[in-house]
Amino acid sequence: MGKGFDGARAAEVVAELRETFRSGRTRSLRWRAAQLKALARMIDENEADIAAALYHDLAKPPTESLLHEISLAKEACLFALKKLKRWMKPQKVPTSITTFPSSAKIVPEPFGVVLVISAWNFPFLLSMDPVIGAIAAGNTVVLKPSEVATATSSFIAKNLPHYLDNSCIRVVEGSIPEASALLEQKWDKIFYTGSARVGRIVMAAAVKHLTPLVLELGGKCPVLVDSNVDIKVVAKRIVVGKWGCNSGQACIAPDYIITTKAFAPKLVDALKITLEKFYGKDPLGSKDLSRIVNSSHFTRLKNLLDEEKVSGTIVLGGQEDEKHLKIAPTLLLDVPSDASIMKEEIFGPLMPIITVDDLEHSFDVINSKPKPLAAYLFTKDHKLEKKFVKTVSAGGMLINDAILQFTNLHLPFGGVGESGMGSYHGRFSFDAFSHKKAVLSRGFSGEIPMRYPPYTPLKQKVLRGLITGNVLPLLLALVGWPGHRKSLVA
Amino acid sequence: MESVGVEGVANEVRTAFESGKTRSLAWRRSQLKALQRLLYEEEEGMFRALKEDLGKHQAEAYRDEVGILIKSVNYALENLKKWTTPRRVHIPLLAFPTRGELVPEPLGVVLVFASWNFPIGLSLEPLIGAIAAGNAIVLKPSELAPASCNFIAKSVSKYLDNMLVKVVRGGPDVGQKLLEQKWDKIFFTGSSRVARIVMAAAAKHLTPVAVELGGKSPAIFDSLESARDRKVAVERIAGAKWVPCSGQVCIGVDYVLVEEQYAPVLIDQLKATLEKFYPRFDCLSRIINEQHFQRLSNLIKDPSVAATIIHGGSLDSETLFIEPTILLDPPLDAEIMNEEIFGPLLPIITLKKIEDSIEFIRARPKPLVIYAFTKDEKLKSRITAETSSGSLTFNDTMIQFACDELPFGGVGGSGFGQYHGKFSFDLFSHTKAVLRRSFLLEFTFRYPPWDAWKLPFMRSIYHFDYVSLLLRVLGLKRS
Repeated sequence: MGKGFDGARAAEVVAELRETFRSGRTRSLRWRAAQLKALARMIDENEADIAAALYHDLAKPPTESLLHEISLAKEACLFALKKLKRWMKPQKVPTSITTFPSSAKIVPEPFGVVLVISAWNFPFLLSMDPVIGAIAAGNTVVLKPSEVATATSSFIAKNLPHYLDNSCIRVVEGSIPEASALLEQKWDKIFYTGSARVGRIVMAAAVKHLTPLVLELGGKCPVLVDSNVDIKVVAKRIVVGKWGCNSGQACIAPDYIITTKAFAPKLVDALKITLEKFYGKDPLGSKDLSRIVNSSHFTRLKNLLDEEKVSGTIVLGGQEDEKHLKIAPTLLLDVPSDASIMKEEIFGPLMPIITVDDLEHSFDVINSKPKPLAAYLFTKDHKLEKKFVKTVSAGGMLINDAILQFTNLHLPFGGVGESGMGSYHGRFSFDAFSHKKAVLSRGFSGEIPMRYPPYTPLKQKVLRGLITGNVLPLLLALVGWPGHRKSLVA
Repeated sequence: MESVGVEGVANEVRTAFESGKTRSLAWRRSQLKALQRLLYEEEEGMFRALKEDLGKHQAEAYRDEVGILIKSVNYALENLKKWTTPRRVHIPLLAFPTRGELVPEPLGVVLVFASWNFPIGLSLEPLIGAIAAGNAIVLKPSELAPASCNFIAKSVSKYLDNMLVKVVRGGPDVGQKLLEQKWDKIFFTGSSRVARIVMAAAAKHLTPVAVELGGKSPAIFDSLESARDRKVAVERIAGAKWVPCSGQVCIGVDYVLVEEQYAPVLIDQLKATLEKFYPRFDCLSRIINEQHFQRLSNLIKDPSVAATIIHGGSLDSETLFIEPTILLDPPLDAEIMNEEIFGPLLPIITLKKIEDSIEFIRARPKPLVIYAFTKDEKLKSRITAETSSGSLTFNDTMIQFACDELPFGGVGGSGFGQYHGKFSFDLFSHTKAVLRRSFLLEFTFRYPPWDAWKLPFMRSIYHFDYVSLLLRVLGLKRS
């Protein structure tokens, strides 16, 4: 699919999936487990091809592809398979005396037909991960992979139909026209990963049918570095979190560093040493660094560096190879706060380091910017750590490491404010694609005539007790059982 | 209120929020306790306002609004400490030493729009959750219920923190101006039409919204052998149609589905119930205003619909009174069977078999609630599995609204976002995931250069294959 996928065709696809959903096909544990198993098999059997596609799209080192995309996608399948039965089970909840006797439970059910729009930086994982959640929750899905990662999009479009149930899961390739055609349709949920700019467009499109959304966006993820740390370990963790993660093109990559004026020189040195250790003296030639995804992003990053007040602050790197779309790991020291590089999400291998007198004062700086997807702090000072967690708002936080929160299936992954709404991973993926239906069951005994008119003073007195749980009037209400009601009807 | 006024209010509240005052448990507790006091001390005022706006009898006002609010605020106070305490999260051993927790934090400044049918209840209930979660709030009660609106403005100002909880009065134009400001969450109760306006405005700032809408909530009435059960069931249906606000209620019974052969029994019992409940009509709320009165009159004006009226049907435009009315099998393409009625008109739709009700409901937009009166366990299972609605209640009506442990909200056409009890707290919070690592235990194979020998270690980690990992670390296993 690609050319000629217009509104009419999109409507057809949705209608087909809606029909399949209505048939109840996706509801059984068996169907969902079969799909997840097939997806895990697809990943296993095509590891080399997936890595090759990622290398084509991003020059992603095979180890990164394995660590960040392939393994995580497979883990998500296996985790869901293991837990699915438990997730699908209705959850009993206690009822209060107000509705006695009754039983209540919360029953998860799929929304129906959902749309997943994926991003280009982890093009395989960010397509599979939400789709896994959607399937686990029993929905039918249309997936639109990012057209910017062409090889991965092709791989997915070609292989998914071979492994998964085509009557329930479809892939639509394409760019803006195809995405627009899809967004015009009526979906029961939309899951979007990408930029805040397009996030607004997606949300505006969802208004027409009042469709609920999950938006996984980005932001400037700050890294605060205290002076009381094990600097070698910190440098390694920051470097692998930034450059070891798609060359900084990751929504949770450390965007900029904040440290004290006194500590900055030591940190810069440690980073320099680590960068050389990891990527050699000529990082542009290193096989272990992803390239910039395309020339438009390359130019964007180049412009960030070329800005007048910025170019003088480079303390390491800055080299560019336009032909191969590579930019060397670049450190900048004390970039002015009004420079573009300090205002927009960098999404590349450039790391500004801002120095402050006192780390605690930087909390206000962070809070004055839009809330990021992640915030990091390296410190041994427990008080500082506590204050950080209490004061700074971000999608998620990690103390003394970087990006690992992404890999933990027990934590909700999502943003707040400009960095997004909703969350997923593990059980949270299942929940993101489920409606939690409240089911209350009563019998015909325990009738409370004081609920109904005509409203006598006695009825009103008992009603008060019942709603607010006061015991004495309650006992009177319990006398509403067959045989004793008469005494209450005034 | 002018736009400078609205912008001024929004800025004031934000500045106040940024002072950090709402973060403390003490502030939240004080506000909830103040709300408790408001509900106890201002009871008469609330009864008067609701009587003026909707002709609500004070028993109804207490049962559906005041009492519910008291219960909700008590529940929030009891659970506040528990809700605000960060929750530890299980972390796989392989990530040792790592500690994970979920830390709830307020979203910031929340905008709440309330509707007119339970004007006090639907204004203050979201407030309870928003305050418990530590937010600052701007509340816009419905201008269609002016006495309640004024009551809320006066009493919120008297009892609650004026800098952090504000009430803005006005009509759609004021609503529009409010929507131009930036909020951290918007909570809306009302119609889909206005919900779209709200969501479109929210999209500009990527503000998350919750919309509590309505729909045509059906009651499935299966055959019940015992006459007593039938009586109780029909009273409960009547208790969800005419008793709350004359049917102007989102979780009311919009229409009833019954097997052809049992329709006469149902109708007789309905008529008997109406006689019992309403020997006079002084306990019946009136229609909110002219516009809705006209809307409802029009629903039964159509001759093909009017012909199906089997009880009631009288209207008084001066007192905005519409008699409890029952219709038998109005045409399915008539407006009364396609729009949410929101009034005291009850269509009864007959089916050949009661099981057909499932398909009937599925063919229509997902309602806020489905009610089913049946003792047939198989039918119950089928209804649970094959229909979708915000909630589902068996053998009673309305009462699910009073359960703090059950989420309340719609799905599909009936809205999204759930509240009540802890769900309110969660709705108005951001649950921040916090992971803590230490500097001990460094795995060098995490880092570039990506030499071939590192890969198998990573595989072992990702498969939580502790044994393999141990063997590799000890050098006893090679790929």
